[in-house]
Amino acid sequence: MDVEVAVVGAGPAGIAAAIMTAEAGRRTVVVDAASLPGGQIWRHRSRGDLPRDARRWLVRLERCGAVILSDATVIDATTAAGAPPTLLLSRHGDAIKIEAQSVIIATGAQERFLPFPGWTTPGVFGLGGMQALVKSGALVGGLRIVLAGSGPLLLPVAALLAARGAHLSVVAEQASPGRMARFVAGLWRHPARLTQAAALRTRFLGTAYRWGTWVERVRPAAAGLSVVLTDGRTRREIACDLAGVGFGLVPATELARLLGCQIQGDRVVVDAGQRTSVPRVFAAGEPTGIAGADAALASGTAAGAAAAGVAAPRSGRRAGRDAAFAAQLAETFALREELRALPEPDTIVCRCEDVRHREFQRGTCARETKLRTRAGMGACQGRICGPMREFLFGAGVEPPRAPLFPTAVAALCSPDAGQSSTRGAP
Amino acid sequence: MIPEVEIVLDGAPVRVPADATLAAALLSVGRMALRRSVDGEPRGALCGMGICFACRVTVDGRTHRRACLEPVRSGMRVTTGD
Repeated sequence: MDVEVAVVGAGPAGIAAAIMTAEAGRRTVVVDAASLPGGQIWRHRSRGDLPRDARRWLVRLERCGAVILSDATVIDATTAAGAPPTLLLSRHGDAIKIEAQSVIIATGAQERFLPFPGWTTPGVFGLGGMQALVKSGALVGGLRIVLAGSGPLLLPVAALLAARGAHLSVVAEQASPGRMARFVAGLWRHPARLTQAAALRTRFLGTAYRWGTWVERVRPAAAGLSVVLTDGRTRREIACDLAGVGFGLVPATELARLLGCQIQGDRVVVDAGQRTSVPRVFAAGEPTGIAGADAALASGTAAGAAAAGVAAPRSGRRAGRDAAFAAQLAETFALREELRALPEPDTIVCRCEDVRHREFQRGTCARETKLRTRAGMGACQGRICGPMREFLFGAGVEPPRAPLFPTAVAALCSPDAGQSSTRGAP
Repeated sequence: MIPEVEIVLDGAPVRVPADATLAAALLSVGRMALRRSVDGEPRGALCGMGICFACRVTVDGRTHRRACLEPVRSGMRVTTGD
């Protein structure tokens, strides 16, 4: 498949980018892993589930002329000087090769998990994980649920579960009451965000939203789970059916790193036109810094305009304001030291290969740990344990290798795949 | 009334919500454990978005299907515990 622009990811950033390039007359393809566009924030089964502005963006995407390849996963990507970037996709067991004049990376973010005793017990989900499952049709009416972890995501997930009839036992935020109070006090500078947060909070007023509280352990119980929460001084054990625990978002940068884009901290470095350090490769939305859907729409639009070589429409957003808010989020929800001490020697860190905490050594590089313990070599390819190993052991990040996702050998052996470099297939 | 379909879960018929992914449907009927880890521990879905691979099951003979990405279909045969 030969196109002018390939957009990877159909969340807000990818949708806005594809609309810009397709409406400018560029042949555009959007590659997305889900069966319907929308990304995580606009995950839906029917359009009626979505807010009005999301529906408008999806309608515009439908009409803009971009080809949408859903259920498709990028497993490899290459660029060479002077040659167009190439993506190799796996879709329904087949390999598809895409040559594009420009690639826009809009791969979004994933949840950060941290290990604590019992975190692998069935019934313990991610926070975003629980949100995704409910949006995908899970019925939670009447279930007793504990939410814990950190970050603004606690609010919409609590509001969603309450609206679906769950009994929320408690919502626990690890950030200290002092930091939370400072953050809330500063929200007047972002009135839209303040209104949104307040509206979400009113939907679960019957449940305590405890700051400076975190999960210490989960045990399977006769009927469901037993969750131990602590504020560092006292402990409280809560019986529940499910727990949702997540510690914020991590930019999804595997594809950007595979293409050799410059990374700073955990994000892709871009200029004002969302250009990465690699020619013809752009990045938009969360991979360039966690700032939410509205910022993603703005940066997606900017990336699409730059890729299409047209002027970007005025967005009315100031990038500096989004960056300032992102910095406030990072400071407020910084992970507390106590969380590093939660795992016991036997606590699983890498769930794919069952590598336990005692098998890791602080300061050992990701590659050496991987070779010695197999941590990060399983099906998720280190997506789950990578960020937690960085937090716990300062392990650094192992450069990604193709295939980015487990892929049937048949797809890798197809004639299309053969033309691509599937470097380092395990 | 939420529409339901019947699937075959580990050989037994089970009614689950029709308009759902398999992981969401199994959560709805209280089925959290979906597979066994390398060391034999029970495990269930975690990320809900296709990244962690913790919800892999066998669907109609096809192994390693991520239940969180697999739509529910009437009559589908699901085997857990791999």
